[in-house]
Amino acid sequence: MPTLEEKMQMFYTMYLIRRFEETAEELYMEGKIWGTFHLYIGEEAVAVGGCAALRPEDYITSTHRGHGHCIAKGADVKRMMAELMGKKTGYCLGLGGSMHIADVEKGNLGATGIVGSGIPIAVGAALGCKLMHTDRVVLCFFGDGAANTGAFHEAVNLAAVLKLPVVFLCENNLYAMSFPTRKSFAVQDIAERAAGYGIPGVAVDGMDVLAVQEVVTQAVARARNGGGPTLIEAKTYRFKGHSKSDKNVYRTKEEIKQWMERCPIKRLESHLQSVGVSASDLERLKQKAEEEIKEAVQFGLTSEELSLEEARRLVYAE
Amino acid sequence: MPNKTVTYAEAIREALREEMRRDPAVFLIGEDIGVYGGAFGVTQGLIEEFGEERVIDTPISEAAIAGAAIGASLVGMRPVAEIMFFDFMTLCADQVVNQAAKIRFMFGGKAKVPMVLRSPVGSGTGAAGHHSGSLESWFTHIPGLKVVAPATPYDAKGLLKSAIRDDNPVLFVEHKLLYRTKGEIPEEDYQIPIGKGEIKHQGKDVTLIAYSIMVPRSLEAAKILAQQGIEAEVLDLRSLRPLDEELILQSVRKTNRAMVIYEPSKFGAFGAEIAALIMEKAFDYLDAPVIRLGGEEMPPPYNPNLEKKLVPQVEDIVRSVREMVI
Repeated sequence: MPTLEEKMQMFYTMYLIRRFEETAEELYMEGKIWGTFHLYIGEEAVAVGGCAALRPEDYITSTHRGHGHCIAKGADVKRMMAELMGKKTGYCLGLGGSMHIADVEKGNLGATGIVGSGIPIAVGAALGCKLMHTDRVVLCFFGDGAANTGAFHEAVNLAAVLKLPVVFLCENNLYAMSFPTRKSFAVQDIAERAAGYGIPGVAVDGMDVLAVQEVVTQAVARARNGGGPTLIEAKTYRFKGHSKSDKNVYRTKEEIKQWMERCPIKRLESHLQSVGVSASDLERLKQKAEEEIKEAVQFGLTSEELSLEEARRLVYAE
Repeated sequence: MPNKTVTYAEAIREALREEMRRDPAVFLIGEDIGVYGGAFGVTQGLIEEFGEERVIDTPISEAAIAGAAIGASLVGMRPVAEIMFFDFMTLCADQVVNQAAKIRFMFGGKAKVPMVLRSPVGSGTGAAGHHSGSLESWFTHIPGLKVVAPATPYDAKGLLKSAIRDDNPVLFVEHKLLYRTKGEIPEEDYQIPIGKGEIKHQGKDVTLIAYSIMVPRSLEAAKILAQQGIEAEVLDLRSLRPLDEELILQSVRKTNRAMVIYEPSKFGAFGAEIAALIMEKAFDYLDAPVIRLGGEEMPPPYNPNLEKKLVPQVEDIVRSVREMVI
């Protein structure tokens, strides 16, 4: 069980993710961020619960909807915001943008724009950890859409037969872009697929950060001790559309409203209040997050851009 | 310097063995590379020396093999993956093209992907449409990848060592018909730098620009042409990307004629890039248009007579050069 202090930290990180995303959306509307991105709003409990189960030296692989994973793994929101703005001070010097943020120093091996493609890479990172005789673990985030790619099957099977220290954490937000899981899966739970690979499969309420933290902690311990991979399915929901072009025509307002009532941040907030945390303490955390985001925006806006010459030098390693 | 004679396959195996002994971060991953020794026997005996931990047999999962190599390289390993036939590169193309090639750049230079993907190209074994492809041109189009295609045991060993020690993803293009060809290599450790071609035979009348299997065929053609009074220079590119532009231009400035000889279907293949380079940078030196001698525009046929006609043979090179020079 996490300590109260750890729970407060989780609350802070979830709130920081939420505010980062809301702010990014506002900046997009103002034309200060271009391109597109995929907001993590509603899914914060999965990234935060998952990363809370890791040691700092453990790795994660992320997805196109990756801002939450990045922050949960300890990224600096200033450099993230700068990346979204395409600036030289961003994590990828403005070359990757929203869909390719990596923070290798903090163990984030990067987001990917190709659905499912991060799963084999996570397996490879776990293979590297095993061959180097470290006890590091890789937490692989992916969505329900990725679970239907061939890469998922190949990678999970390979990890299972080689007993690699990787935890597959599927964020089932019910839609692969617009396509609902009820039409794309013939099984009730994606976690059931674990049986086909001879590994444990667990479904968990992805709106409950403490539940996510608990199951991922168990899976991580198993992986660290040489027990091999686990497939976890966190049932969650994105409150916003798939990307900035989404008009939400494939789901009802009622459905969205019902899920928003299960907001993972409000849920943890109520829990913290029930165990005696004062409203003013929570308010102070929120204020701190606001400050951090404000600084991040300022940092991004005032940062320089990379030149073409500098970009050219980054294509190949010397 | 004491030399020894080895086959192309043995030279590759020696490079793998020596690099695995030298650096514990080097490991092999692929299908049937363990006790089976690889579909073409290249990795024979390595599992006995290095064990299952460093010679990793996988299920038939090309995307997972390539992805696993990328992931392992991201955390500090130097994987050498084998894709059994180059045709199967299509099965892991996302990992190679979208991940391995781009990760360093997309991540702002903060990650590196020091991996090698070995795979054999080429027809001539009667393996037909799905096991005879030469798709190397595709990958030369991708910034972030390096592509090498050695023609001799000496170059194969030296280039593979450089590829393994390189911090970029390198596609190491082998040729099935070269595996049993023999050549001399020194006993000592040596490397062939990536990006450097070599004049394999001097001549003054025409430059034959080739790589992989087309190098020995061009050398053979040069011998025949010499008897007919035509001195052909044979330039082995060795690396397709990065390309040794200067060597090509120097040779063409000397001979004033160039023919690019390659196995893939002629249309849209790597030879066109060489022809364009010469047009752009040595046009004033040319006495004749640059000729591309590439493969037929058809999938590899099974029938052995047709299969032979698919790709340039020695007599095709001789005939084309005579038409060009005389």
